[in-house]
Amino acid sequence: MNIHRRLLLGLGAAFLLASFASTGFTAEDDFIVVQSTTSTQNSGLFDHILPKFTKKTGIDVRVVAVGTGQALKNGRNGDGDVVLVHSKPDEEKFVAEGWGVKRHDVMYNDFVIVGPASDPAGIAGLKDAEQALAKIAEAEAPFASRGDDSGTHKAERHLWEQAGVDPTKGSGDWYLETGSGMGATLNTAVGKHAYTLADRGTWLSFANKNGFEVLVEGDPKLFNQYGVILVDPAKHPRVKAEKGQAFIDWLTSAEGQKAIASYKIDGQQLFFPNARPGT
Amino acid sequence: MTDFIDAFRTALGLIATLDPDLVEILVLSIKVSLSAVVIASLLGFAIGGALAVYRFPGRGAVSAVLSALMGLPPVVAGLVVYLLLSNVGPLGVLQLLYTPTAMIIAQVVLVTPIIGALTRQACQDLLEEYDEQLRSLGASSSAIVATLLWDGRYRLITAVLAGFGRAIAEVGAVMIVGGNIDHVTRTMTTAIALETSKGNIALALALGIVLLTIALAVNASLIWVQRLANRLAYA
Amino acid sequence: MLDPTSPLRGVSDRLASPPLPVEIKGLVYETGGKRVIDDVDATIESRRITAIMGPNGAGKSILLRLMHGLIAPTQGEILWAGRPADRSMAYRQAMVFQRPVLLRRSVAANVSHALGLRGVGRDKRAICVDEALKLAGLERQASMPARVLSGGEQQRLCLARALSLDPDVLFLDEPTSSLDPASTLAIERLLLDAQRRGIKVILVTHDVGQARRLAHDVMFLHHGRVIEHQDSQDFFDNPQSEGARGFLSGGLVL
Repeated sequence: MNIHRRLLLGLGAAFLLASFASTGFTAEDDFIVVQSTTSTQNSGLFDHILPKFTKKTGIDVRVVAVGTGQALKNGRNGDGDVVLVHSKPDEEKFVAEGWGVKRHDVMYNDFVIVGPASDPAGIAGLKDAEQALAKIAEAEAPFASRGDDSGTHKAERHLWEQAGVDPTKGSGDWYLETGSGMGATLNTAVGKHAYTLADRGTWLSFANKNGFEVLVEGDPKLFNQYGVILVDPAKHPRVKAEKGQAFIDWLTSAEGQKAIASYKIDGQQLFFPNARPGT
Repeated sequence: MTDFIDAFRTALGLIATLDPDLVEILVLSIKVSLSAVVIASLLGFAIGGALAVYRFPGRGAVSAVLSALMGLPPVVAGLVVYLLLSNVGPLGVLQLLYTPTAMIIAQVVLVTPIIGALTRQACQDLLEEYDEQLRSLGASSSAIVATLLWDGRYRLITAVLAGFGRAIAEVGAVMIVGGNIDHVTRTMTTAIALETSKGNIALALALGIVLLTIALAVNASLIWVQRLANRLAYA
Repeated sequence: MLDPTSPLRGVSDRLASPPLPVEIKGLVYETGGKRVIDDVDATIESRRITAIMGPNGAGKSILLRLMHGLIAPTQGEILWAGRPADRSMAYRQAMVFQRPVLLRRSVAANVSHALGLRGVGRDKRAICVDEALKLAGLERQASMPARVLSGGEQQRLCLARALSLDPDVLFLDEPTSSLDPASTLAIERLLLDAQRRGIKVILVTHDVGQARRLAHDVMFLHHGRVIEHQDSQDFFDNPQSEGARGFLSGGLVL
């Protein structure tokens, strides 16, 4: 019996060692961690452009996709080398407070208001996003909000403000704050026949549209700018400054910008590169 | 309904072609959970056995806390480990955040109380029967623990199975400490969460079906090992 | 612990040297507010089998456990050859309980495990196990799970296990109370054999016939006190106390 017991123990130990050996316990160093947003992740952009960067430089890019607020918080903690989000005022604050080295424009896309084809608030085709939101509030038609302090959420809040409406009065009634990423919020919107504000990238690649359509688009106020920042190595010495900067340089270079522009879903371009040379 | 049918079809397709992404995610899930369970078992057996045998002030309180921790929500475990491993946390220097090792640690935190509490109960039950005899034979407390652990092996295997079930099925802990990074820390459960958020419901369901099948297979093989050990134990 | 330098002694051919006499002085055991052992004074000098008898609840099992050191007295002491029991003395004692306590392992493994606890090395262990099983007539069942044995076989195994530890003193708590006559006979034969080899056997028994067959002296307990302690012949023929008289005549002794 002793021999068999030892055999079983030996097998277990061997398996454990094998697991450890290959689970990155002894990880190599050639990678950076990029804190970015769920909307960018869900659009599929990273799957398209990152392999090009890795092929060129040999640096692996590990994307952690959370909300803008959390991405910036993680950057403050030094739990990432680069931050790529879409909330310019917060990004500038991040740099001003000394957490980031410099903010660079990378690309923009736009937000759209999507909703059920039945369009209970009658907003289809409107060119003014604030007007559309005001109509939704008046009709008390269901509206799903990110509610998670993300870039999208901040943009949405700004639009309500400009429209002179406080939607939170109807929170839980017609204004549904999901506290989730874009995809989860879209699922909720579709499930509840609610309107929602989404970035076009996530919307185009979202596979559960269930008869929903883009109802309002093109308003310049729906413009959505993305910025990329290197986490300041002075604040967090373990940040991979060189590799992180290489990524930023590539993103803002002609090559990186071309890669961004070339990403299409159903023939439609999702993101529009607008990095300014020399910045 | 069509989602379910699509899901089954997708699942079969993925398995039949041994889709490389699927295989990668599956292997990582099993490696992480199995490693966590092995470590949690070593810890849990020791803690459970010691709690049953050794007497010390506060023993009842420790046992109660251990039992309560069986119900620790995975997100909370993940959050605690995240705070420890974050760059600004006490263990930040280890640079373990967003690695499979961090996921293993989080799952160890989750699973050890389960195995520990169940081990403690098994040893306590056995002790009622064996206590006098073992002390008569002159066994030290540590020898008693060892005796109880081996004699209670079938109940311990059940505890390990319960622990594994918890680990392979949870998403909260591995999502927070792993970051669901493609090709690095994406497991079955985090992949399901991701695909759901992308609206790929059928694919998410398909992954779920595969995960269930794997979990069933691991359970079945562990029970086979149990039967085998049962026979061998009387050799 | 078995002396590692001594030549390997077979279980069947060595002579024990129990630390006698046993002196019980002013022994008191209280639990749950009750005095279960109420000021016992006794001396056991004989090297032959001593039986402890008495009605249910008299405290016989408790007294046995106090002597074996499984529980500590509230007051009083027990001296073995003038000294209180210590670790080394405890290793020279063994006990068999009323119901056989066997591990979930094979017959041989149960004996082997006990020897292991006493620090016996692996090679010596195998030989001791063989001898013990031979003594108990259980060699054929060596690889069987111990818990599938019959009640009588299990108790024989427990006794063999106890004997394999090379004790000087052997305690038994009503070992045959639930066994059939054939098994009882086998156990009794082993006890007489143990006595022959010099082991001091202290046996709690309910069975008057068994006491007559085996015991040299009888200690009679009632309400936690030793009210008689004499040679067995005298005890059975001429009990001094009313309690003993009532017990021996088969009545209910309150």
